[in-house]
Amino acid sequence: MTSPNSAISYAWADVCATFKQHHIITSLGWQDVATRYRRSRVGAFWLTINMLVLITVLGIVFGTLFRQPLAEMLPYLAIGLIVWGFLSTLINEACTGFITAQETILQVRMPLFTHLMRILWRNTIILGHNLLILPLLFLLFMKPLTPLALWVLPGFILLILNAAWVMLVFALVCTRFRDVTQIVQNIVQVMFYVTPIIWSASLLPDHVGTAVIDFNPLYHLINLVRAPLIGEAPSALNWTVATLMALIGWVAALTLFGRYHKKIPYWL
Amino acid sequence: MNSIASFIELKNTSVDFPVYNAGSLSLKNRVLSAVTGGKIGRQHNGAVVIKGLQNISLKIKAGERVGLVGHNGAGKTTLLRVLSGIYHPTGGQATIVGECVSLINIGLGIDPEATGRENIHLRAVMMGMRPAQINQSIGEIIAFTNLGDFIDMPFRTYSTGMQLRLAFAVSTAVRPQILVMDEWLSTGDEDFKKRADQRMSEVVSAAQILVLASHSRELLLTNCKRLIWLEHGKIRMDGDAEDVAEKYFGV
Repeated sequence: MTSPNSAISYAWADVCATFKQHHIITSLGWQDVATRYRRSRVGAFWLTINMLVLITVLGIVFGTLFRQPLAEMLPYLAIGLIVWGFLSTLINEACTGFITAQETILQVRMPLFTHLMRILWRNTIILGHNLLILPLLFLLFMKPLTPLALWVLPGFILLILNAAWVMLVFALVCTRFRDVTQIVQNIVQVMFYVTPIIWSASLLPDHVGTAVIDFNPLYHLINLVRAPLIGEAPSALNWTVATLMALIGWVAALTLFGRYHKKIPYWL
Repeated sequence: MNSIASFIELKNTSVDFPVYNAGSLSLKNRVLSAVTGGKIGRQHNGAVVIKGLQNISLKIKAGERVGLVGHNGAGKTTLLRVLSGIYHPTGGQATIVGECVSLINIGLGIDPEATGRENIHLRAVMMGMRPAQINQSIGEIIAFTNLGDFIDMPFRTYSTGMQLRLAFAVSTAVRPQILVMDEWLSTGDEDFKKRADQRMSEVVSAAQILVLASHSRELLLTNCKRLIWLEHGKIRMDGDAEDVAEKYFGV
């Protein structure tokens, strides 16, 4: 059928066209958040409040369980939970990304990647609301940011780059095989406990070793954002894994997307 | 952009819809069929295919006004979707040159909780208007809806007539090169209907190519010079509007 090269270039063109029409992404993504909180007084800040409650309760419970000082535990937990919430929602929503946009896809010709970037934009807005918690916590525990915190920017970009290709792959596969959505959501749920978010890597008993963590791609992504904010530098391994994943992942995702994009409307 | 003459060319275009029943859509059966050596797989391997369009060849040049007739299930909507570039044909070729807008469901993208003004914005974005264009035409769109102060009220508070007026006003604010319509858009009370029809005619005459699917003989004959009659996914007849209408609708 189509050669791999032309498949990739078609997919790439779709991605580029998506960003050329970025106003579609921002308008629709913003609308999604606005609609959810339209008749509420507090509005989207409910997100902040919910997250704050979750962090406080989990922080107290697990801080006590693991005998960790709250000043250490809470910021660590807060960043982990917020980033995890962002990442896991992206993956879960991407699974139904094309399916929920069915009506639009069947009527309007727009780059298909738009529908996924709308999800990304909407969740970035939500992330922005949740981030307000961090300065609050840092002030409360008098925990100053170090210059290392600047690493958070490249870290976050790598996180997004990885999230985007994963979204593309899952959206595609889940549109064709509807059961995969359930499988993915299940795995995401399990990963929450396997990844150091509510517990920290240093608590692992020696005989378990760090292999459990080193082979967990989500750990590397989260650490790229979390470590700089709590005053540590992400490890070279974190950077390498995340960069390699982004490169290989994008090539794979574009190949797959280029090959099957024509079929997506038929699968809906 | 308007200087390029639009055209549409289909060569032996076919569209087959795979029918994935729940069985073949799921991964379970794929895995099971591998394990059981294909026994279940043979029942569920999704071999069922509906032939939506078969070997359609046609050319539409700039300036043409084409009507589409055919009974329900003849493939009209499928063909409209191929012409708008939504379905890539599964066989043959489709070349579509020109910016295409399809007015099939004019309520697409409308959010009942948002105000009329916000909905105009949303709908316009969906139709591919750029922010500058939207800002430029939003005043005119609002004026056309005749909604007055209601424009800043939530869409859900509108009466059905008001909702239609808003959707109509935005949907007809674009001036695409290729316009694809499933049934003529018309709505509202007598007064609005007259204005709506006039506006619709403006949109149609601004378009280089019009493809209109309809069941109304009168509408087709007023708007189209050429009619294509689809039957079971094939072209039964393609020619002068009067001739085809005579055969299709009877004298």
